[in-house]
Amino acid sequence: MISDLFSVTVLIGILASGIRLATPYLYAAIGETFGQRSGVLNLGVEGQMLLGAFAAFYVTHTTGNLWLGVLTAMLVGALMGLAMAYVTVNLRAQQGISGIGFYLFGLGMSDLLFQKLLGSVETVQGFPKIYFPVLSKIPGIGEIFFNHNILVYGAYLLVPISWFVLNKTTLGLKIRSVGENPDAADSLGVNVARIRYFTIILGGTLSGIAGASLSTALLNVFQQNMTSGQGFIAVALVYFGAWRPVGVLGGALLFSLINSLQLWVQVLNIPIPSEIAVMMPYVLTILVLVVTVSRVRAPAALTKPFEREN
Amino acid sequence: MKKLFQSDWVSRSIDALFPVFATLAALLVGAIMLLFLKVNPLQAYGALWQGAFGTSNAFAETLVKATPLLLVGLGICISFRGDVINIGGEGQMIVGALLATWVGLTFTNLPGWFVITLAMLAGFVGGAIWGGIPGVLKAYFRVNEILSTVMMNAIAVQLMNFLLRGALIDPAQAQRASKIPQTARLLEVFHLPRLIPTRLHLGALIAVILAILVYILLWRTTWGYRIRAVGQNPHASRYAGIKVQRYVVLALLLSGAFAGLAGATQVFGVNYRMITDGSASGFTGGAGFNGIVAALFGQLHPIWSIPASILFGALLVGANSMQRVVQVPSAFVTALNGLVVVFVVSSEIWRQRRQRRRLSAAGQEEESLPPVTIEKVESMEKVQ
Repeated sequence: MISDLFSVTVLIGILASGIRLATPYLYAAIGETFGQRSGVLNLGVEGQMLLGAFAAFYVTHTTGNLWLGVLTAMLVGALMGLAMAYVTVNLRAQQGISGIGFYLFGLGMSDLLFQKLLGSVETVQGFPKIYFPVLSKIPGIGEIFFNHNILVYGAYLLVPISWFVLNKTTLGLKIRSVGENPDAADSLGVNVARIRYFTIILGGTLSGIAGASLSTALLNVFQQNMTSGQGFIAVALVYFGAWRPVGVLGGALLFSLINSLQLWVQVLNIPIPSEIAVMMPYVLTILVLVVTVSRVRAPAALTKPFEREN
Repeated sequence: MKKLFQSDWVSRSIDALFPVFATLAALLVGAIMLLFLKVNPLQAYGALWQGAFGTSNAFAETLVKATPLLLVGLGICISFRGDVINIGGEGQMIVGALLATWVGLTFTNLPGWFVITLAMLAGFVGGAIWGGIPGVLKAYFRVNEILSTVMMNAIAVQLMNFLLRGALIDPAQAQRASKIPQTARLLEVFHLPRLIPTRLHLGALIAVILAILVYILLWRTTWGYRIRAVGQNPHASRYAGIKVQRYVVLALLLSGAFAGLAGATQVFGVNYRMITDGSASGFTGGAGFNGIVAALFGQLHPIWSIPASILFGALLVGANSMQRVVQVPSAFVTALNGLVVVFVVSSEIWRQRRQRRRLSAAGQEEESLPPVTIEKVESMEKVQ
């Protein structure tokens, strides 16, 4: 019944799983934020996540070492980022389209490797929940905030870190200047290409972790196309969050909480068709984009390849 | 312009071959991947070729697969020329197909040719609605179309599952426990006629005719001129008195309409019912994405998109026979498609260099290329 939704246990459940579900979006969207702030739109996030998810799962499955799995996922994501950087920075290819290419590559490649190396859906023992003395025992609060695994906390930790890097460090200033006015940055001695390489590879690495968080911390399985559009949503969240880490956090939380609510609606057998429930987060995201995006301006050099005037 | 075309058509033909070189390079990388999988690349590509072109039946299958790619690709030619990135082909195909299927299942007492025509129109309209919404959102609410079309894809999938499991479900399936999300079969008279004794259907011919019409639209009509003008320089277009927002909407609307038609032809020409496995590609076969690839390969030119679609149709059909003969999962071809896209967009830089050199030799101003960038529209919005 609808009234079940408002019981305390269910509300706690919705909040707790909402916080957990935001994890992959946060990693991927924060990574994408760095890329876009430096002027590069990476639409290949979904592909990077898929390959990361597979890499982490496969390595964990064969070695039993979760951290080795995450590390491999980071490496795979970074390599995809490196390729993306070469194509968009050196070859100045259209970013949106090459991103779709990398997406298709990751989609096919992760499925191919899955079929060749694993063959069937298996499970792994994912990252365990961290137990905080006292805190985890607090009724309600403990369940919502202190009952998650390390990758979840890592994602939230990333928000203040990336805020600090982007706004309070020289590196952040360089990233922003390259994204706003690469010509001016270049004339002041900033190496535009190097900065963009850095942000795109960082974005790939974080997308790799995003994938790993799905396959070794949240779902603990690998299936073909298991990200099912989450990478694209992550890109959307960057626009949603107006290219600021805190905004991205807000968007990721909103989207995940609605998603979590939707899952609970199904669990509780509330007579709303599941398809309509699944649709809701997307509909609401569009509506919120309509209301918010118009006030904010994108980095001026976003999607513009940089070419030195001779 | 005409003189220029005649004087260096050889050089231009070489330009047109760049995507081919890029594809060969991608196939080479694919061959290395195959070696890692301990498969003989020659044998694998041989099986792919045989599966796609080996028999007249195989070739007909290739054309059947190429049809939705071409239709989606035609829409992509329009929108990308208008500097609007439509990634919503999957969703637009689905909604077009839903509306067309509804027509086919509802008006069962009307003559076949009439219902087929009506259904194709319904597909066109369904896709246009699903493309038009992001168009309006972009033009009047400044919502980035990449995001809105991606969201619209996700919404369309749920809409499809909702209807195919509910209102439109095959009555036979509704009684079974399996409840496969599919509609009832269309009446025999509503099937798109076959062209030759294979599965090749009228949709392929329609697609080719539309390719010619889209060419005429883009280069011989005011609408087409304005769409391209807005795509190349929204500033100048605005000062020239073009209602930029209107043409942004039109570009997305038409783009969606062609994808919707692709969805309708899948139902009326291939499956004779709408069926899915609950995912978008379960119905579209990924044509909404692969159509983008085909159009790019055809350099966003409707006529060049015809051979490009056949090439990618062949890859898709060949993938199945490759899976049978050398046991390489067809996912390999998805990855290969991705590589082709990356290599083709990367090869643009050399093509542009050649073009620049040629034009400066001819003492002309640099010819502008179809730009696919967001920043132009962004800067356009600043003017508003």
